Formats: sequence, C-alpha cells, structure tokens
Amino acid sequence: MKERFILIDKRIFRQTEFYLLGIIAVLSFFLTLINPKFLTLENWFDLLRSNVFLGIVALGELVVLISGGIDVSFTATATIAQYIMGLIISTYYIDNVLIAFLIPIPIGIALGAINGVLVHYTRVHPVIITISTLNVFFGFLMFLSGGKWLYNFPPSFRNFARVQAFSLTNPKGGEYGFSIFILFWIGLAILTWVILKYLPIGRKIYAIGGNREAARRAGFNLFRIQLFVYCFMGALAGIASFVHAELNQMIQPNSLVGRELDVLAAAILGGASVFGGAGSALGVFLGVCLIAIIKNGLILMRAPAYWHEVIMGAIIVGAAAINAYQRKLKAKREGEIIAQ
Amino acid sequence: MPNNPLSKARDPQILILIFILIFISIFFGVLTGGRILTVQSLQAIAFQLPLLGLLTLAQMTPMLTGGIDLSVVSTANLAGIIIAISMTQLGLSPLLAIILGLALSLGLGALKGFLVAFISIPAIIATLGMMIFIRGVALVITKGYVIAGFPSGFLFLGDGTILGVPLPFIIFLISAIVLYILLNRTRFGIELYLLGSNPTATLFSGVNNRWVTFRVYLLSSFLAGIASIVMTARFNAAQADYGESYLLLTVLACVLGGVNPSGGFGRVSGLVLSTVILQVVATGFNLLRLSSHLASALWGIILILAIVTNRLILARES
Repeated sequence: MKERFILIDKRIFRQTEFYLLGIIAVLSFFLTLINPKFLTLENWFDLLRSNVFLGIVALGELVVLISGGIDVSFTATATIAQYIMGLIISTYYIDNVLIAFLIPIPIGIALGAINGVLVHYTRVHPVIITISTLNVFFGFLMFLSGGKWLYNFPPSFRNFARVQAFSLTNPKGGEYGFSIFILFWIGLAILTWVILKYLPIGRKIYAIGGNREAARRAGFNLFRIQLFVYCFMGALAGIASFVHAELNQMIQPNSLVGRELDVLAAAILGGASVFGGAGSALGVFLGVCLIAIIKNGLILMRAPAYWHEVIMGAIIVGAAAINAYQRKLKAKREGEIIAQ
Repeated sequence: MPNNPLSKARDPQILILIFILIFISIFFGVLTGGRILTVQSLQAIAFQLPLLGLLTLAQMTPMLTGGIDLSVVSTANLAGIIIAISMTQLGLSPLLAIILGLALSLGLGALKGFLVAFISIPAIIATLGMMIFIRGVALVITKGYVIAGFPSGFLFLGDGTILGVPLPFIIFLISAIVLYILLNRTRFGIELYLLGSNPTATLFSGVNNRWVTFRVYLLSSFLAGIASIVMTARFNAAQADYGESYLLLTVLACVLGGVNPSGGFGRVSGLVLSTVILQVVATGFNLLRLSSHLASALWGIILILAIVTNRLILARES
C-alpha cells in the first residue's frame, strides 16, 4: 500500500518536469523560427545569467512552499542585505569580495528569523505576515536611506563580476562566457536538492507541508522546522542580493521590491504546490527557465510591455488551476473529502 | 466557545475598538495641537474614509470564509477605468457608465468565484494571479495614462454633501448596513459564517459550499465596484495602479476589526470602527507630515501588533 503511494508521487513529479521540458522545447523551436539567434549558446548563457537572482530566490521560495508556507517579503530582505553590504564596503572601502559575499547572508537569516517566529507564533496565514514584514522592512529602508543609490565599489568587487567559469568564441569572433554566477545558482540548486532529498530536515519540511498535524503528533518540533525554512529563504535572498549587486554594479533600494510575484510564479510553474508538501529543485529550475524564455520571447516578438503582466497573471492562474486539478484527482483516488 | 456567529460573545472586541478610537483621537489631538478635532479635519476624514471602508467591506466577505481577495484594488481600478472610458470616450451618461462598471466587477467576481469555488485554487493564489492579470488588462487599456475629466453630475458622487454629510460617506454607510443585513439576517449570511468556521461540517449539513463560495467572491467584487465609483468620482480620474497601498490596509482593517483570517468570525460593526481608527491614524500621519515610507512601515507594525493581540485574546478564550 505504502509503496503504491510513493510510486504515484514519483510519477507526478516526473510528469511536471517532463511537461516543463516539453513546453521549453516547443517554445524554443518557435522562438528559433522567429529569431535564429535564440538557439545559440551565447543567448542561453545570457538568459541564465540575467535570471540568476530570480533562480536563487525561487529555490528559497520552493522550500517555504513545500513547508506549507509562503514568503513575499524576500525582496525587501534582499534589498536590505545588499544595501547594508554596499554601505559597508564603500564606506570602509573593503577590497575583498569574500567579505562582501559574507555580509548579506547573516542579515538575510536574521530577517528570515523574524518571519519564522511571527508565522509560527501567530498562526496567521504566512502571506499576511510576510506582506506586513515586506512593508515594515522596505518602509524603514526607504525612510532611512532616503532612496539613495549606491555605486563606486572597490575594484575587487567590480572585477569579480567579469569572472567567467569558461569562455567561448562566437562565429563572428566575439568572446562570450559562462558567468561564475550561473555556477552559484547551479550550486545552490544542488544544495537545495540535497537538503530536501537526503537530509532529515528536508524530509521534515515535506512532512509538515503534507500534514502539519500528523507531523506534530509524530513529535517533530514545528517551530524549529519553520524557523529553518524562513531562515533558509533569508540566506538565499542574501546570496541572491550579492549576485544582483555584482551584476548591476549599483544598488538601488527600489529595484527588487515588486518582483515577488515573478518568483512565486516560477516556483508554482515548477511544480511546487501551494498546499505544501510537493515540489522539487529541478522543477523550480525549469520553471525559472520557462519564465525567462517566455519573457525573452515576448521581447523578441516585440510585444508591448503592458502585455507582460496580463500573460504572467494568466500563467499563474493556469499553473495553479492545473495544480488544483491534479490534487483533486489525487484526493478522489484516495477517497478524501474536499469541503472547500 | 463562540461557535454561533450571531452570539454576542465577541462584543468585548467592539468595546476595545471604541477604547482604541478614543485613545488614538486624544493621542493625535495632543500631537497635532487639536488640529485633528476641527470640523474641517473631521469632514476630511468623512470624505476619505469611504474608499478604504468600501474596499475593506469587499475584503471582509472572502476573509469570513477563510479566503482572501488580493485583487480588490485592481478590480476597483479596472471598473473605474471602464466607468471613465464610458463617460469620456463613449459619451454615455454617468448612470449607464456606473452600471457598466458594476457589471464588469460582477463579471470579474464570477471569474474569481469560479476559480476558487469550482476549480478549487487556493484563494490567495487565484486572486494573486487575477490581481496581476486585471492590472495588466487595465494597463493594456490605458497604456499607463490617466483618464480624467468627468461630467459634474458624476463628480457630485465624490464631493457632494447632503445636510453637511459627505455623499461618499452615505454610500459607505448604506453599503455597510446592507452587508450587515445580508450577513446576519439571511440564509446566505449564516451559511457563509458556517463555511468559514467549519467547511466539512457545513458540507455535511447540506449546504452547497461551492455555490456559497462563488457568491462570496461575486459580492466582494460588487463592493469593489461600488468603491470604484467613489474612487473615480473623488479623484476625478482613473488609472491602472491607483490605491495599491490600500491592499495591505484592507487586510489590516479586517484583522483589526476582529475578522479572523482563518474564517468564521468578524462583524460589520467592528469593521466600520477599525476603518475609522485607521483613517484617523492616516489623517494624523498626514497632519504630522510623516514620510510615506515611514507610514507604510508603521502600518505593517500595527498589523502585526493587531494579529498578535488577536492571538492573545483567542488563546485566553480557549
């Protein structure tokens, strides 16, 4: 009996990722017909590099979603983390990338811990808690910073942005490379995968997302698991904010807030269930790629910017509808009653 | 304990709210040197309150069933744009324009209700997607521009007074009273509260949960449509992203007014009081010339405090 359920579960995972790959292949085919440049390694490296921020925070959001929660405050967390880092390295002129990299992470963890404590203690839906903390974090940052931009960072910070894992030459002789930050993303995706799949805490996260009451009665410490989940999201937001600052070589307090929904859409598209208990790192990676391709495609097709929101909204509703439908089928199989 | 939604068990909350209102009025009265208690300020409050109040009423009905509607503000904006376009570009009479706007809100409500009730998408995700979608449609229609310049008959809805009472305030009061009757004196209202407190038990008592949920979103969007009339008339303009900061405030007002975010509890009277409190605070911030960013941080803190207090009260009751 138990084995049968595990089999069904795996099949659903495989389906989500399989379909995502299929959609990506079909879209790529048509986009290549429209613009042959689309299917070059150069364009793909570029696409991946410009979505590293989205990709990293989507991994954090995935973990929160699996635990049955949701976090929309990470953009403010990331902005605060990178702003403090920018202030420190430009004021004291710290010419060391490693230190710059290490500053935003504890800040992210601390702000994540605030979310974790509030979510666990108040037992109010996490979306309400994190909308409030988003406003608190961002409001204070804008008030205290006055919205001032930061630039002029030490040379090591500037040079690190140009580091390539390897570089290639295109037919016209121009050089392009595989940015080091894509490796950050892939590394964190593997880390997330290992945590979720092989570490006890990962299995506990699936457990509280699947059935909180059962997990509590099995003796899991819900508080510790939730704290871990929101701190993990905070840590990833910190790392992502470092990458974002590197790629832009400028820190604007208002450049990240407002992109929460893109990340949520990527995670849901990648098969993370908003009911908790389901989702995988590979799925979310593909979900981010799919959103990146759709946006790239809209630009290649010269669709006006107003249409982007309409299409993003439709994608979220569509993905959630498929997700809900799958859940319904599963519930029907297991004879569960859905009252609402 | 208070399983019967019609019981008076939560009345202490109303008393607490009245106490908070008195405290806040004195607090800002002292801070602003009495400026907040002048007739002028009070009338300003009565002009500004209805928009937040109507949007909060729209937010309340889904929250009573344990849902939420993140798209109330975007729904109001799109309805406002339709009203504006009907009057300025199609040359329709204000009455016809308003009917069109309300019809559009009902249509959007039906779509939301369909997604939540019949497809079973969690309300948060469905309305999040709808919020982005609706705002996108509004942007496509307006291309980001403001639509302005309405007939004076329409503007009267925003700035007119009857016996010194601002017309928007009267619209708000009528809507609140009608909603009160709907929630407390009709079968639909009782089913709605029941659904919020225990969906499974409600299903087994022979209530059609899906149909109740569907109508909840219909009602919510209709109230957002009424808010759009007041908003468009007051601003004398319509735009795709007006009043987005109101979204957090509507949730805040509901929680402060005693609506339990997991559903089942909450009264219209508590909501009216909490919107008055929030409006007094907002006017106070304005009079003190507080930075809008600091104000939004303070809103967030007030919301968290309200939630924690609610939690403490609930913990003591059980």
